[in-house]
Amino acid sequence: MKPNTPAPTRPVGFGGGPGAARGMMGGPVQKPKNFKKTLITIGGYLEQYRFKLIVVVVFAIISTVFMIVSPRILGNMTNDIVNGYINGQAYDKVIATLPKGASLPAGTTGATILDHLTPTDRAKIPTKQQDNLKSIDFSKGRPEIDYHAIMILGLWLIGLYVISSLFSYLQGWIMTSVTQNLVYRLRRNISLKINRMPLGYFDHHPYGEVISRVTNDIDTIGQSLNQSVTQIITSIVTIIGITIMMLTISWELTVVAILVLPLSFGFTIFIVKKSQGYFMGQQKSLGELDGHVEEMFSGHIAMRTYSGEAQSIKTFSVTNQKLFENGWKAQFMSGLMMPIMQFISNLGLVGVAVTGGWLAVNGRIGIGDIQAFIQYMNQFTQPVLQTAGVANVMQVTVAAAERVFEFLDEPEEVPDTSTETLPLPIKGAVQFSDVNFSYVPEKPIIQDFNAEIKPGQNVAIVGPTGAGKTTIVNLLMRFYDINSGTIKIDGIDSSKLARSDVRQLFGMVLQDTWLFNGTIAHNIAYGRKNATKQEVVAAAKSAHADHFIRTLPKGYDTILGEETDNISAGEKQLLTIARAMLANAPMLILDEATSSVDTRTEALIQKAMERLTQNRTSFVIAHRLSTIRKADLILVMKSGNIIEQGTHDQLIKANGFYSSLYSSQFTDAIEQVE
Amino acid sequence: MRRLLPYLKPYLLWFVALVALVYGQVQATLSLPDYMADIVNKGIVGADTNYILRTGVVMLAVTLFGGLCTIGVGFTASRIATGFVRRLRIGLFTQVENFSLHEFNTFSTASLITRATNDMQQLQQTLVLLLRMALIAPFTGVGAIIKAYQLSPQMSWIMAVSIAVLVAIIVVLFTIVVPKFKQIQKLVDRLSLVTREMLTGIRVIRAFHKESSEEQKFDEANRQSVALNLFVNRAMIILQPTMMLILSMTSLAIVWVGAQYIDTGALQLGSLLAFMQYSAQAVGSFLMLSFIFILAPRALVSAGRVSEVLSSKSSIQDPIHPKSIPASGKGKIEFKDVSFDYQESKEPVLSHISFTAEPGQTTAIVGGTGSGKSTLINLIPRLYDASEGVILIDGVDIRNATQADIRSRIGYAAQKATLFSGTITNNISYATKLAKSRIIEAAKVAQADEFIQNLPDKYNEQVARGGSNLSGGQKQRISIARAIAKKPAVYLFDDSFSALDMKTDAALRQALAKETKEKTVIIVAQRISSIMHAEQIIVLDNGRIVDRGTHQTLLHSSKVYREIAESQLSAKELSESTS
Repeated sequence: MKPNTPAPTRPVGFGGGPGAARGMMGGPVQKPKNFKKTLITIGGYLEQYRFKLIVVVVFAIISTVFMIVSPRILGNMTNDIVNGYINGQAYDKVIATLPKGASLPAGTTGATILDHLTPTDRAKIPTKQQDNLKSIDFSKGRPEIDYHAIMILGLWLIGLYVISSLFSYLQGWIMTSVTQNLVYRLRRNISLKINRMPLGYFDHHPYGEVISRVTNDIDTIGQSLNQSVTQIITSIVTIIGITIMMLTISWELTVVAILVLPLSFGFTIFIVKKSQGYFMGQQKSLGELDGHVEEMFSGHIAMRTYSGEAQSIKTFSVTNQKLFENGWKAQFMSGLMMPIMQFISNLGLVGVAVTGGWLAVNGRIGIGDIQAFIQYMNQFTQPVLQTAGVANVMQVTVAAAERVFEFLDEPEEVPDTSTETLPLPIKGAVQFSDVNFSYVPEKPIIQDFNAEIKPGQNVAIVGPTGAGKTTIVNLLMRFYDINSGTIKIDGIDSSKLARSDVRQLFGMVLQDTWLFNGTIAHNIAYGRKNATKQEVVAAAKSAHADHFIRTLPKGYDTILGEETDNISAGEKQLLTIARAMLANAPMLILDEATSSVDTRTEALIQKAMERLTQNRTSFVIAHRLSTIRKADLILVMKSGNIIEQGTHDQLIKANGFYSSLYSSQFTDAIEQVE
Repeated sequence: MRRLLPYLKPYLLWFVALVALVYGQVQATLSLPDYMADIVNKGIVGADTNYILRTGVVMLAVTLFGGLCTIGVGFTASRIATGFVRRLRIGLFTQVENFSLHEFNTFSTASLITRATNDMQQLQQTLVLLLRMALIAPFTGVGAIIKAYQLSPQMSWIMAVSIAVLVAIIVVLFTIVVPKFKQIQKLVDRLSLVTREMLTGIRVIRAFHKESSEEQKFDEANRQSVALNLFVNRAMIILQPTMMLILSMTSLAIVWVGAQYIDTGALQLGSLLAFMQYSAQAVGSFLMLSFIFILAPRALVSAGRVSEVLSSKSSIQDPIHPKSIPASGKGKIEFKDVSFDYQESKEPVLSHISFTAEPGQTTAIVGGTGSGKSTLINLIPRLYDASEGVILIDGVDIRNATQADIRSRIGYAAQKATLFSGTITNNISYATKLAKSRIIEAAKVAQADEFIQNLPDKYNEQVARGGSNLSGGQKQRISIARAIAKKPAVYLFDDSFSALDMKTDAALRQALAKETKEKTVIIVAQRISSIMHAEQIIVLDNGRIVDRGTHQTLLHSSKVYREIAESQLSAKELSESTS
């Protein structure tokens, strides 16, 4: 069947995962084809969480606003302390200028004292402080820090911090449940979709693609949606809020702080552009290197017997060097972002410190204001960068979502129009009349095929590999629908029956021995619910599988797939035969190919199959001369078409394709044996 | 892990530079709050605008210096990490290229590939991050604590408390969450397993009408995965708000407590602000440290897997004083009482095999699957060493000759034809440079010339990775041409005609017979018709030679041979004849 390359599963990690990290860091991002349409579809999926999402938005805003207000309050607190402290010092200075032993009369304010000072002394005190001092009553003793006011502010702050953190967490809690529920629904929809897909889809799409949608893509959606929704809200609120708060402190400082922003943006864009090239180069060399490793390790025997080590290692070194050149540059460039942003924000900080200091000296703002402003600045760069990053994260998310929706939007199998049911007991007569079929419209495969199979007859399907022998199986089982004509079972058009009814008529033993990850007993009983242990063992016995099953350490309870790589291909086939035995369907489809099976097991399989086909209408993809000769009808297939049909003798007499192959290739060997 | 140290050695100086740069960076970061304090204490309180400006200029210089150091750290960290991994990569690759099949079996090819690709990449990525953070975090943390202590020893308890709370929360959270990461990975694997089953078994599922039970199985895995993710996510998002809370509370506590010290004159205003910044830096670096504890184990796992490969030596080594196989040798091969078993298996794969393959003759080996045919062939070029007995090429024990010498005598083609990406010419003259005429000649003998001439670029046609743009039969013919072009003394064909149709098979054998007149030919074949004309047919069953003779004699004397012959007189030939 198809190559089962394992889907690359991503190690689950801390935080965003590679998708989000890549979004921030400017690595190559896969762009969605139709951004808007996919976004609308996501919107549709989110519709049912409307209420929860509104709560998330409101909570995020509350949490952010509270977070933004608090530095200002902390700044006021500092201002209070500073004022108290400075007034105290001013008091000390004033008292020091008074003659010893002099006391201040009641009601002496700063203003009176200032009036008494000499102009030189007075010039030493900044104007703003003088204004402050004027209203203080010095006769009441040394002014102190107002601990009561500070305490009240402090309690306010504690309240704000706690509420902000609480809302932030609640918001995250709700958002997580929304995204996980979405993840659940998307996965479920895919699993349901798989079972409604026409089989033809999987002829052109590797399984890995679908599996990667179930795991990687949906994970990406879940993780980045969780982040980006919250991030967009908090970032925007933070940016607006902080700008307002900054402006209320001082427009001059705000100008200084915002002047730095274009610098940050410029550098970010420059670095992202620069590093993208290296990232792509790194990705490319990495792909080449990994490809070479895979190729050489898989072809190890050939490489060794032709002494290709030196050549292979040389190729590896060259690519490895390229990877190194691109790799360190990519790493370095992406690592530059942080220090440069830091440097720029430090520049802003110095600017603010100097300007703020000057403003403070002139009494225009307090020290607490500078402190608050610096806190704001520290919080400002991150959301700005995040909003820039969100665009990338969104692209990754939408691209992942698009792949998921693409699969979900694929056309499905035509629904059953079951108008008829089969009369019981089923006899097993099959009639093909004027059947036409093609996998792709331009390439007709089966044309005007007619055949009549009586109950209990054996049909051998013969032809070279790739001749399309499984096509017949696909049509009988209604895995594919025929383009025109009819296939009748016991006189009833199979397209008028429910698909599951048609399929239950056939027991199937194919070369591709599909068993699921579960116990042997469960696998054998797959076709019949509530099969008893005895029935399972009986089926295994008549399939000659009982013996080898008993040699396994856990017997019938051995779990296939995990514990057992020691079950050979032939033994697996015996298990599928046992499964078909137990299902006991009125008709059979068998594939005789046993290429990878040793002679002894092959003999067992042969015997089991013979037992299975007794008295049942059976279609056998035949490889054995004995089967072909015994067959009631041979269908000879070549490049997709049924080119001849008849019994062995008829076909030999007809002197066509079958006969020419038969005579040219077997006589020589047959004579030697017989 | 010690295995990896030599690969780091050339980076010792780089590493010293890294430490110096980190030190510079941290010093710059740590001095800024001090200058800030000076501006407040002397500049603002002392109303000295000039001082503010001067300090501002110094701060700019310090910032610039710090920035340059950080860039230097980034530079050295990426050079060390990528350079180290580059050396490790080439070291591992060279090691594996010289492995015998024994090591390939112990590790499995898939695992070796993962180790050479994913693990390396994982190692590089975490290493860059670790080099950047692992030094900075403790330097900053310790530095900030010391600075803060110097400013105000009375308030350092605030810092101690907040760091303790932070560490406690992180430890509790991680002990709960980190083990769950593994479980999440398991559930992801489970989901892809179930999905894979639904896809690979789609025919059987529909045949048995079991769609709903498969959906149920999927739903169960889906539910489990979602439930665990919900738990882990909800636990992890505690971190962010809690960190904010701790930081804010710390600032508040500092202002609150600091106010009293300012009042008494024990603390200056600017120092209060500096203290706040230092505590934020300390808390931040502890947070960073916790990330290192998450990252490091991942890198360690990868490093361990890589080092496992590096520390296993190929079990087949060239002798110190090799004997050379005589240049005039015709390629006579002798097996003397050869047995072979994989170390882990109880049953020997081959036991007591003795035979001679003479030059100018074809020796065929037949037997069922698992009879040991391929193993026998693999012993000749020393892909494995025999556990017992001796194998001689032209009278020389192959263990006394160099592997290169042995392999130069052998032309080998396997059932699973291995082609490498490159042109067809490069594939036929693989690892050597042969004349164009010789390549075409070999292709003609291998019946490959005709289809190659029909390709758009003929002999310069690019073979895709794994040869996916060619059919199985075409690949086999090219790999046979590769063996022929080498003009070796010994030909080993391990079921390498299996994908050819009868006509091509016959033509090839006829042309090959001329080419190999004087040579030793050993053929493993499933198809009796391919080996009917061999001078010697050896029948293997369960690793033992059960019969030997010609086709005619064996048909009468050998039960196993007759069984095989009979089972082949089926439509199998018919089915493969026209492909």
